[in-house]
Amino acid sequence: MAEKKLIDARGSFCPGPLMELIAAMKMVAVGDEIEILSTDKGSAAEIPQWINKVGHEYIGSHEEAGVWHVNVKRSK
Amino acid sequence: MKILVVGGGMGGTILANNVARNLKDELKSGKVQLTVLSASDKHMYQPGLLYVAVGRMTPDELYRDQASLLEPSIQFQVDPVDQFMLDNNQVKTKSGKIHSYDILVIATGSRMWPDSIPGLKENAEFFYTEQTAVKMFKRLREFEGGKVVIAMGVPHKCPMAPLEIVFMLDDYFKERGIRDKVQLHYTYPIGRVHTLENVAKWAQPEMDKRGITYETLFNLKSVDGEKRLLASEEGTETNYDMLISIPAHKGMEVIENNKLGQNGWIPTDRYSLAMEGRSNVFILGDTTNIPISKAGSTAHFEAETVGANIAALVRFGAPVRKYDGKVFCFIQAGSEKATYAMFNYTLPPDPKAPTRAIHWFKLAYNKLYWISARGLL
Repeated sequence: MAEKKLIDARGSFCPGPLMELIAAMKMVAVGDEIEILSTDKGSAAEIPQWINKVGHEYIGSHEEAGVWHVNVKRSK
Repeated sequence: MKILVVGGGMGGTILANNVARNLKDELKSGKVQLTVLSASDKHMYQPGLLYVAVGRMTPDELYRDQASLLEPSIQFQVDPVDQFMLDNNQVKTKSGKIHSYDILVIATGSRMWPDSIPGLKENAEFFYTEQTAVKMFKRLREFEGGKVVIAMGVPHKCPMAPLEIVFMLDDYFKERGIRDKVQLHYTYPIGRVHTLENVAKWAQPEMDKRGITYETLFNLKSVDGEKRLLASEEGTETNYDMLISIPAHKGMEVIENNKLGQNGWIPTDRYSLAMEGRSNVFILGDTTNIPISKAGSTAHFEAETVGANIAALVRFGAPVRKYDGKVFCFIQAGSEKATYAMFNYTLPPDPKAPTRAIHWFKLAYNKLYWISARGLL
């Protein structure tokens, strides 16, 4: 059964939310979802860019009180 | 009151020295006992490995006796922990000895994990251990020309290492007079040449100026040693004559074996640095799962916070400081210049143009480190 993992990357300038996601993606199973929290508004653009290039699934993102919630799924 | 520190690297050493000085009277009277358990009687200055790999330091310069770095009031034992029995406030060492504690600090660090990528371990050069850094230097000395590719895994220790090694290699080959025979090709996992945007803004034109080629959004998937070919998760390929890797890292085996955290990273509160669910266990440096740089300065600043808090807990039962996410990283920009990046959870870095003055300060820090480890700088 697919699971959902939360990565709290708020306040992460280095390595940064996308690098945290890249590392986490290798640790979840195909079909699992990841929600990543980021205080960097750039994450809402650069995470989908990487997800689409690699071929995973971008589910969506929204902002709440300065925190971007970006949801993705491992597809392969 | 028994305080037990597991790990004799930068974090554990600075923490123990800070606690020893803060609780000098309590240690003298016997009210407090402070013990450090380590896997080695030697302490290595790990950032020096970068210099070993390009022939600018020798391995013997990297070590000091661990006991010589610790305050005399600290009980130091070379006897690494094998089992953490956190419910009983005890650990068991490899020699079979049981240590009880009231406060535990885990600072066991991280290790490179080249096995995470098929073919990487057998075909790449690394500079994260003495053995691999020396091997890399010997390989470089024999290299007469071709394509050198820098490729990395995630997460890796020292986020500045990819940039530092490529700029130092550029100077290394220039000094040998063969730069025109070498293509330096840098790859990076995200869509710019460094994760810190301001650092990338400086580094990319520097690469252009030096004739270093680069490919971003390149996450290493596999290495074919026979064809000398790298494949990326993104579906691209690049060939190489010499592969230099900053491999993915994971926490120490003992952390994984004791199921304290996935891949050896222990879930840690980012402000108190307490292990999640354990108010008397603190985690330092690479061992945490906090999404900040795995770097010596991180361990250093965390150790200062936890050291002050342990002293306060002993004296009046409450912590006094929160860790603000502070990190300070030198960036060696070739063999003659350097800059630095300093940031925390809320303030991004704003690195200045590299200068010779900061380069000389970095070289001085390579020696001053031993004062830093003693908790004096």
